[in-house]
Amino acid sequence: MSSPKPPEALSSIETISAALSSVGYISTRQISTAIHIGQHLRKPILIEGPAGVGKTDLARSLAQSLDYPLLRLQCYEGLDESKAIYEWKYGKQLLYTQILKEKIGDVLQDADTLEASIERLSGFQDVFFSREFLESRPLLKAMEQPSGSVLLIDEIDKSDEEFEALLLEILSDYQITVPEIGTIEADHPPIVMLTSNNSRELGDALKRRCLHLHIGFPQAEREEEIVRARVPGISDTLLTQLVGFVQGLREQDLRKLPSISETIDWARTLLLMHANELDPQIVRDSLNVLLKHQSDFAAVDGEIDNLVRQATES
Amino acid sequence: MTEAIDATRAVGVTGYADRTILKDTLNIVLAKSEEESDIFSQMFDTYFAMPETRQKQSSDQDQEKDQETSSESPDFSARDGDDPNDVQATQSLMRLASQRSSEERMATLQRISDAVGVDDIRFASQRSYYSRQMMREMNVEALENLLKNRFEDGSEEAKSEADTLMKARSQLQSAVREYIDHRFEIFGRAATQTFLNDIVANREIGELDGRDLARMKVLIARMAKKLASQHSRRRRPRQRGMIDVPRTLRKNAGHGGVPFDLVLKRKRLDKPKVVAICDVSGSVSRYVRFLLMFLYSLNETIPRLNAYAFSSQLTDVSDWFDQMGFEPAMKRIIRDIGSGSTDYGQSLLDVKTQYWDQIDRRTSVIILGDGRSNQTDPRVDILAQIEQRAKRLIWLCPEDPRRWGTGDSCMLRYAPHCHSVAHCTSANDLAVALDQVLRAYD
Repeated sequence: MSSPKPPEALSSIETISAALSSVGYISTRQISTAIHIGQHLRKPILIEGPAGVGKTDLARSLAQSLDYPLLRLQCYEGLDESKAIYEWKYGKQLLYTQILKEKIGDVLQDADTLEASIERLSGFQDVFFSREFLESRPLLKAMEQPSGSVLLIDEIDKSDEEFEALLLEILSDYQITVPEIGTIEADHPPIVMLTSNNSRELGDALKRRCLHLHIGFPQAEREEEIVRARVPGISDTLLTQLVGFVQGLREQDLRKLPSISETIDWARTLLLMHANELDPQIVRDSLNVLLKHQSDFAAVDGEIDNLVRQATES
Repeated sequence: MTEAIDATRAVGVTGYADRTILKDTLNIVLAKSEEESDIFSQMFDTYFAMPETRQKQSSDQDQEKDQETSSESPDFSARDGDDPNDVQATQSLMRLASQRSSEERMATLQRISDAVGVDDIRFASQRSYYSRQMMREMNVEALENLLKNRFEDGSEEAKSEADTLMKARSQLQSAVREYIDHRFEIFGRAATQTFLNDIVANREIGELDGRDLARMKVLIARMAKKLASQHSRRRRPRQRGMIDVPRTLRKNAGHGGVPFDLVLKRKRLDKPKVVAICDVSGSVSRYVRFLLMFLYSLNETIPRLNAYAFSSQLTDVSDWFDQMGFEPAMKRIIRDIGSGSTDYGQSLLDVKTQYWDQIDRRTSVIILGDGRSNQTDPRVDILAQIEQRAKRLIWLCPEDPRRWGTGDSCMLRYAPHCHSVAHCTSANDLAVALDQVLRAYD
C-alpha cells in the first residue's frame, strides 16, 4: 500500500486539537490523542458515549478541518452489503444485455464453430461484471477516494452482527473484495470512525481492530468553551450560569440527561428569549429544550429554584 | 497479543515522558469498553503509582531512620561464634533494610519475588505464606542466627546490637508485606472476585446473606449481559418455497432476466415477549426478586415484559417497575401483595379474565412458585389453556422435587401441562431457565 504523507495537521496531538478548534470543535487531550494514535497505527477509532456529546460531530469536524470529504454510513437493523459497500447497476446491466442480444449476430458472424463463438463471447462477460456496472456505496467510495477521506460509520450498534463481520476486512486491511472483480485496495486509507451508543455489546473481533475512545459529558470549563464556539454572541454571565445549571441537572436522577447538543440548543433559545440572566421563570419556560421526558420534568420541577440559585451564585 | 503489539507501537508514537498521555494512550489501545476503561484506569494507577508514593513514604522514613541511626551505635560487629556466611548475609540484609533509594529496594524485592513466584497470588489468605517465602528467600535465617547468638550472650553491648538486628528484621518484614499487598491488588484481587462470584452464583438463593446480595446484583447484571449477547444474533433462516420475486429479478438481471438463482423470502424472527407470573408469598418472594432482576436486566433482549405478582390475587406490577425503579417496586410488591394467603386457582383465573390478551403464540409464560395452593382448587384447566395459547410455558419451582405433591403442593398436577418444569434455586439455575426461554426465539 502506498502511503502518501499525512497532512501537517495530524502530526501531533497539539496540532490536531488546534485544527479541530479552528472549525469550532473543542477537543480534549484524550480525543486528540486517540486521533493521533489512530492515524499512526492506521486503526479505526470506536467512539462510545451518551447521545449528543459530539461523537458524530467529531468526524464531521475532522473532515472539515482536514478538507477531506466525509463519507457517512448510517447503520440500522437490516443494513447489508448492497447498501453499505456496493451494488450492481441492474438496470444498466439489463440494458447492456438487450444491446448484446441485438449485436450478437454481428459479433458472431464470422465465427464458424461453436468453440470460436464461445471464445469470443467470454470476452464480453468480463465487461459485464466490471467497475462500470458497480454502484459504489459509502464504504467502497471511501476506498476509492484519490486523496484522504473520513469514513464515519454511525451507530454501528444498530446494525446486525453479520454486518459487523462484513466490516472486518475493511477495517483491518482497508480493502474490499468483490467476488466478480477481485480485491479493491484503498490508495489512501480513510480515517475511519465508528460511533456506538452501546445499545448492544459489539463483537470482540470488531473491538479488537479498533481503538476505543469514550467521550463523556464535558467538564463545566470545556462545555463553556464549546457553547461559546457554537453560539457566538452569548454573554459571559449567561454562559457561566446556563452551563452551571446544566451541570447541576446532570447530577439529578433523570431518564435522559441533557447532552452538549441540548446545552447548545438551550443557549440559542435563551439568546432568542433575550435573557441576560437565568431565573426560575425563564428556566421553566424553556426547559423543554433540555429535557425530553415528561417524568423528567416532574422530577426536576421542585429542584429548579435550587439549581438556579446554585448556578447564579457560583 | 495484537493489543500488546499495538500498545507498544502506540507508545512509540506518543512517547512515555508524560504520564497522563501515556495513560490515555494505553487506555485507548487496550480498553475496549467504558467498564474496561475504568478498570484500566484503576490498574494503571495501582501499578505505576507505587514507586512514587513509596518514595515519599520511604523518604519520610529515611529521615527518621537517619536520625535514629546517627544517634545509635553503628550496625553491629562480628563476634566469635558467628558463622562468617551469616555475617555476610546479614550485612547485605541490613543494607537492604536501610536503603535510602526505594528504587533499589524495589528492584531487590522484585528479584526475590520473581524467584518465589509472588505474582501467582490469588487469595488474600496467601499473603502471609508468600511473605514467609520471600523472607526465607532473602536468607533472613542468617540474621536470626546472629540474633540468637546475641541473646545468648546477654551483655549490654550484645543487647543493643540485638535491637538493631530486630529493627532491621521488622523493617524488612514490613517492606515485604507492603510489596505483597500491592502485588495482591494487581494479581489477586480479580481472581478472588471471580472465585467468590462463582460460589454465589451456585449457592441457593434462600441461603444468601446481605453481603452476597450486593454481589448477586452485579453478578446477575453480568449474567444477563452474557445471555443477551448470546441471543442477540438474529438469525434469519431461509424458508423453503417462498420466492422473493423482486430480489430474484434483480439478482438474475445479469442472465437476461432468466431466473437461474432463486432468492427465497426470509422469515423475520419474533422478538421475545415474556409474561412472568410470580408467587410473592412468604418464602418464594426471594426467588421472585432475582427472577425479576434477571428479566429486567434483559430488557434489551426482551423488549416486551409483563410482570404479574400474586399471593391470593393477581396484580399487574410492570408499571411499578417502570415508574418507581427496581428496589422500591420490589418493596411495594412484598408489602402490598405478599401478605395474603396463596391461591393459585384464583390467580390463574385472574390471568384468564383480565390479562388473557397479553398471552399469544409469541409469548413465553414463566411461572415462579412452589405450587402450594392452600387446599384451594388449583384450576389446572386454565394452566392447560395457557399452554395451548402460549409459545412456551415454563414453571420454575424453588422447592425440592422430592417434596412435590406432598401436602398441599399441586406441582405434580401442574407439571404435565407445562412445556418444562425446572427446579430452580441458584442464579445459575435461573440463567439456564432463561436461556431456554430465549432459545425458543432464535
